[in-house]
Amino acid sequence: MNDKPYVARSTMIAARVLGDETMVMSASDSTLFTLDEVATVIWEAADGTTPLEEIVRKKVCAQYDVPLEVALKDAQTLVEQLAGHGLLLLSDRPIRQASAAAQAVR
Amino acid sequence: MSSLLMEMADKALKLRIPLSVQVDLTYRCNERCVHCYLDHHDHGEMKTGEILELLDQMADAGVFYLTISGGEIMMRRDFFEILEHARKKTFCIKLKTNGILIREKEAERIKALGVQSVQVSIYSHRPEVHDAITKLPGSLADSIEAIRRLRAQGIHVIMANVLMVKNAEDYTAVRALAAELGAQFIMDPTVTPMMDGDRGILSLNVDEAALREVFRDEAIVGNVEEFCAPPRGVDDEALDMLPCSAGHTACYVSPYGDVYPCVQFPLPTGNVRQTKFLDIWCDSPQFQEVRSITVRDLPSCSVCTHGATCSRCPGLAYMEGNMRGPSSQDCEKSYARTGIPSENLKKRKASSLGLDSSHLVQIQNLRTAAPQFASK
Repeated sequence: MNDKPYVARSTMIAARVLGDETMVMSASDSTLFTLDEVATVIWEAADGTTPLEEIVRKKVCAQYDVPLEVALKDAQTLVEQLAGHGLLLLSDRPIRQASAAAQAVR
Repeated sequence: MSSLLMEMADKALKLRIPLSVQVDLTYRCNERCVHCYLDHHDHGEMKTGEILELLDQMADAGVFYLTISGGEIMMRRDFFEILEHARKKTFCIKLKTNGILIREKEAERIKALGVQSVQVSIYSHRPEVHDAITKLPGSLADSIEAIRRLRAQGIHVIMANVLMVKNAEDYTAVRALAAELGAQFIMDPTVTPMMDGDRGILSLNVDEAALREVFRDEAIVGNVEEFCAPPRGVDDEALDMLPCSAGHTACYVSPYGDVYPCVQFPLPTGNVRQTKFLDIWCDSPQFQEVRSITVRDLPSCSVCTHGATCSRCPGLAYMEGNMRGPSSQDCEKSYARTGIPSENLKKRKASSLGLDSSHLVQIQNLRTAAPQFASK
């Protein structure tokens, strides 16, 4: 169902955990988003090398009482929304992105 | 402020998170602005490693908004190393600079590092006025060129105009210049005392008539009727209000590691060279005292008709001698806005007429005050 299973946080964002939520702001247009507790779990696990299904299975379903299929569908919707705002990167292969800082140094 | 931002600010307040911090990297500067409140000599700035460690501690403490300012930030040779680290720590970064050292390469790097906005001070559209304020010939042309370079990179630029006697006639033209350059315009009608308490530069403030005129300019304040509406008095809700975010969700760190509630509120609370940032934030008796103060605790302001709507700055009150006292600059501003004198102004007038010699009243020859009035 998902041809881009790898998710990584963009380096061009501002983000901070605030209690059980996460504030995320796009550096490109300063739009602010908040992620709830479950979305925060997915956000923090989006390292570019762990497939979304594994994140949902190991981090979400292990912690919350929700069937994998339901959680995965919701997670897919979430990551697509965040990707649409440039906050997450989606790929069909592991994402090994250099940090924006490192790019700027070159 | 959007409802989401307000929600986040409320949450930070409840969780006692320092959501917003300004760090001044240096007080050194290549300009010598007549109204500047800083001592430009280097008295032992934090080294690169100390600043990077501070940024780590601030990220762990929950700081989201990071304003990097000075002095002139680009006077530090390690500026981009610091900025790169701030980006890695995922702050929402705002820079304040005069732009003079920003060439194309620097503008490109600032863009690449995802800075949210860059604020540049422009005092006048006329070189003879702007350069006389900065005391640096050619500075207006250089700052405008920097704004063009930043805008060419698509960076959000804020053009800040400080209102003074010397440039009081020029703000409309500066606003037009901002529009031409694609920059946001903000005005600050406040010249504040030097951080060492010297109040000499307050004579640069515009008089009440000029302030009244600015406060009736729709382009600056938005809805004039609403902005200049008579005060609604003080009710219980107003008495329970916090004076401002300083010390509650915001603070300031000097180039020497001193932590204050705000850049305009130089109450020493600790130094990050001796104590962890979060320990100062949570445990400093000074921060705790600041946090304990509501409008109810302000002897003059709690009985003032402006108590609920005044923009009273606790830092300016502190610099007048009492953090629970009135900020006369804000009293002047409330008067310019509404035509109704504050309790403090009434006492000052009575005192000057010799009608009330039994009370000690905080009296300073101040004019304007306040937050920035922004228009896009």
